[in-house]
Amino acid sequence: MLKQIEGSKAMAEGIALCRPEVICAYPITPQTHIVEGLGDLVKDGSLTNCEFINVESEFAALSVAIGASAAGARAYTATASQGLLFMMEAVYNAAGLGLPIVMTLGNRAIGAPINIWNDHSDAMAVRDAGWLQLFAETNQEAVDLHIQAFRIAEELSMPVMVNVDGFILTHAVERVDIPDQDNVDAFLPSYEPVQVLDPDEPASIGAMVGPEAFTEVKYLAHYKQTQALRLITKVAGEYRTRFGRDSGGLVRTYRTQDAETIVVAMGSVCGTIKDTIDEMRDEGYPIGLVTIVSYRPFPSAALRNALAGAKDIVVVEKAISVGMGGPLAIDVDEALRNLPHAPQLHSAVAGLGGRPILKASLHRLFREAVVQPWEGTQFLDLNVRVVGREIHRSAKTRRSGPTAEALLRQLAAEERDSAEKGRL
Amino acid sequence: MAEFTPESAGPDDAQKLRYYQKGTFTVGNRLVDADARTVQASEERSNALTCGHRACQGCGEALGARYALDAAMRATNGKLIAVNATGCLEVFTTPYPETSWQLPWMHSLFGNAAAVATGVAAALRVKGKKEVRVVAQGGDGGTTDIGFQCLSGMFERNDDVLYICYDNEGYMNTGVQRSSATPPAARTATTPAAGDEPGNVFGTGKFVPRIAVAHRIPYVATATVADLHDLERKVAKAMSIRGARYLQIDVPCPLGWGAASHDTIRLARLAVETGFYPIFEAEHGKVTRVRKIRKPRPVTDYLRLQKRFAHLFRDGHEDPRVTRLQAMCDANIEEYGLVGDDETSG
Repeated sequence: MLKQIEGSKAMAEGIALCRPEVICAYPITPQTHIVEGLGDLVKDGSLTNCEFINVESEFAALSVAIGASAAGARAYTATASQGLLFMMEAVYNAAGLGLPIVMTLGNRAIGAPINIWNDHSDAMAVRDAGWLQLFAETNQEAVDLHIQAFRIAEELSMPVMVNVDGFILTHAVERVDIPDQDNVDAFLPSYEPVQVLDPDEPASIGAMVGPEAFTEVKYLAHYKQTQALRLITKVAGEYRTRFGRDSGGLVRTYRTQDAETIVVAMGSVCGTIKDTIDEMRDEGYPIGLVTIVSYRPFPSAALRNALAGAKDIVVVEKAISVGMGGPLAIDVDEALRNLPHAPQLHSAVAGLGGRPILKASLHRLFREAVVQPWEGTQFLDLNVRVVGREIHRSAKTRRSGPTAEALLRQLAAEERDSAEKGRL
Repeated sequence: MAEFTPESAGPDDAQKLRYYQKGTFTVGNRLVDADARTVQASEERSNALTCGHRACQGCGEALGARYALDAAMRATNGKLIAVNATGCLEVFTTPYPETSWQLPWMHSLFGNAAAVATGVAAALRVKGKKEVRVVAQGGDGGTTDIGFQCLSGMFERNDDVLYICYDNEGYMNTGVQRSSATPPAARTATTPAAGDEPGNVFGTGKFVPRIAVAHRIPYVATATVADLHDLERKVAKAMSIRGARYLQIDVPCPLGWGAASHDTIRLARLAVETGFYPIFEAEHGKVTRVRKIRKPRPVTDYLRLQKRFAHLFRDGHEDPRVTRLQAMCDANIEEYGLVGDDETSG
């Protein structure tokens, strides 16, 4: 059914269609509206046979989901940013135990400095944890990915994290087609666990494993993720057949045919990038976009195929591996390594802590990659003047104080100056 | 002490098991009514924690866990799931690919056993398996320190979980470090017997059973491996109740306490008889029953058997801080009304 609806609320309705049996709720911006929406649906009786548990922390949220999943229930939770880090130990644990929990991550920056707005720092912090990580481009895809996520998680017995950009998706009101219950039921069979805590068949789950088998356990986890590449494609295909929509899969291409420059990105920014590409195409630039939907498992082969003909690749990502550069660029680089005529890779970090990624900036970035390529990682729209002053200031005295506050003081002073100039 | 007869027994005890012969609580099962014998005495015991595990000789935790879980298994007709925090109990029972557990058992992390158990209980509820019950268990580190937030959350939501803390007063699995359950003056690897005030600092630590009582959950009890009848009775009682329940068992650790393996039960008993470890029950926020001490023993009887307190008795003279430990015992005796002949129900 078509609805004009907030992203979080649409996701809550989509998740409810999956008939989760245990939902663990803990508030953290910008994910909160999702669990609130689910709480409404449980409380008003629309979602039955579901335990909605208000827990005391994110660590408990995922731990309760772990217990519920191990006891055979379909378990769901949602978090973001600091909350994800607070549950980090349980994030690895859920994957190691092979529990098909589905979790929404309302992508948000990680402090300090504390920041509630969107970027992908949180998702990147757990990319090695063993979860599948899918990124939604639109709220429609966010709804669809959750339905696919339960299916993928339970077929593989691995947890799946659905990444949705905080505020940009979670708080945006737009048109979303909410699937109907019968179709979702037909698409998503009830959960048949591969292992379950059952007094009739007592098993020990979570035993200690030493050096004699730990490597093999990890190999199998990696092997399973590589197998998941095929399953993700298959599930997206079945979804298209049943619901008539392209959602999910590994990668999506946009105007990449004959493109000499291809942008690689994940999540909602792909919308802005597509608009930019349309405008550049109108001006005659051969440019296209590859959207990565499945970040873990990383679709190296699919990406290689999609990028093979290009001369320049611009990776635009909302995360920074401090001291190294853009983490997505590193992964893309790995995928391109064995191409006979590998394109040149340009890494750009953008939209950190919710900074808007503007079409004008992208126009400049994509042109610069071709005519004036930069070294290392470019920080899109970096305020070079403020950064330069701060480096200079902090080099002068040992007790130079906190950087974040100094930057804000500088910016406030600049604003004051320009306001005064405006009056003169 | 008044003579006890089966006729005068309360509802909890068909026959009162309180043998004060030669200073021992030892009870011969042959002497008591069949239905008052220990679960362990029965051939039908479940052996939930079976033999072959790798606990140290004289391990109080292994003993406590065996009695507690078999009693819980009997109380639930074998419909029991156990969630275990990281720690000695987890490590010595499940070296891959071996396991000593003959019930469905799960280990997730150090600090989340209470929350995982909440999840299991929720799943059982939603699956309509009301007859299957959940026990969470861990040591004092996993309970009073790193697992405390999840524990308190489980309490306040009144989730249908019995949490059992096997309290050996320190991080024994990692090599005997201080926890918030380590008593003052005790030597551990992180409170060494050095300096002006050797051992653990006075005025620190917490007694989680009191905090559990403050949550006004349906049932809180302390127990000891020195009185296994009482331990089994408390587990059975806990399993007869729905909601959050907490049981903390004093389990001496020969390795961590520097005690002889054969002194585990003796130390547990002395901890009770000195007032060092008050044994009581509370329901919905009120203490209802207290394990009485007929004649309190001096705390030195308890301390002298343990190398973790040896620095208090160096060179033949007693450290003045022994007086403070005695005062702690006296305060417990007064607070819980520990001295007397009979257990009281209040």
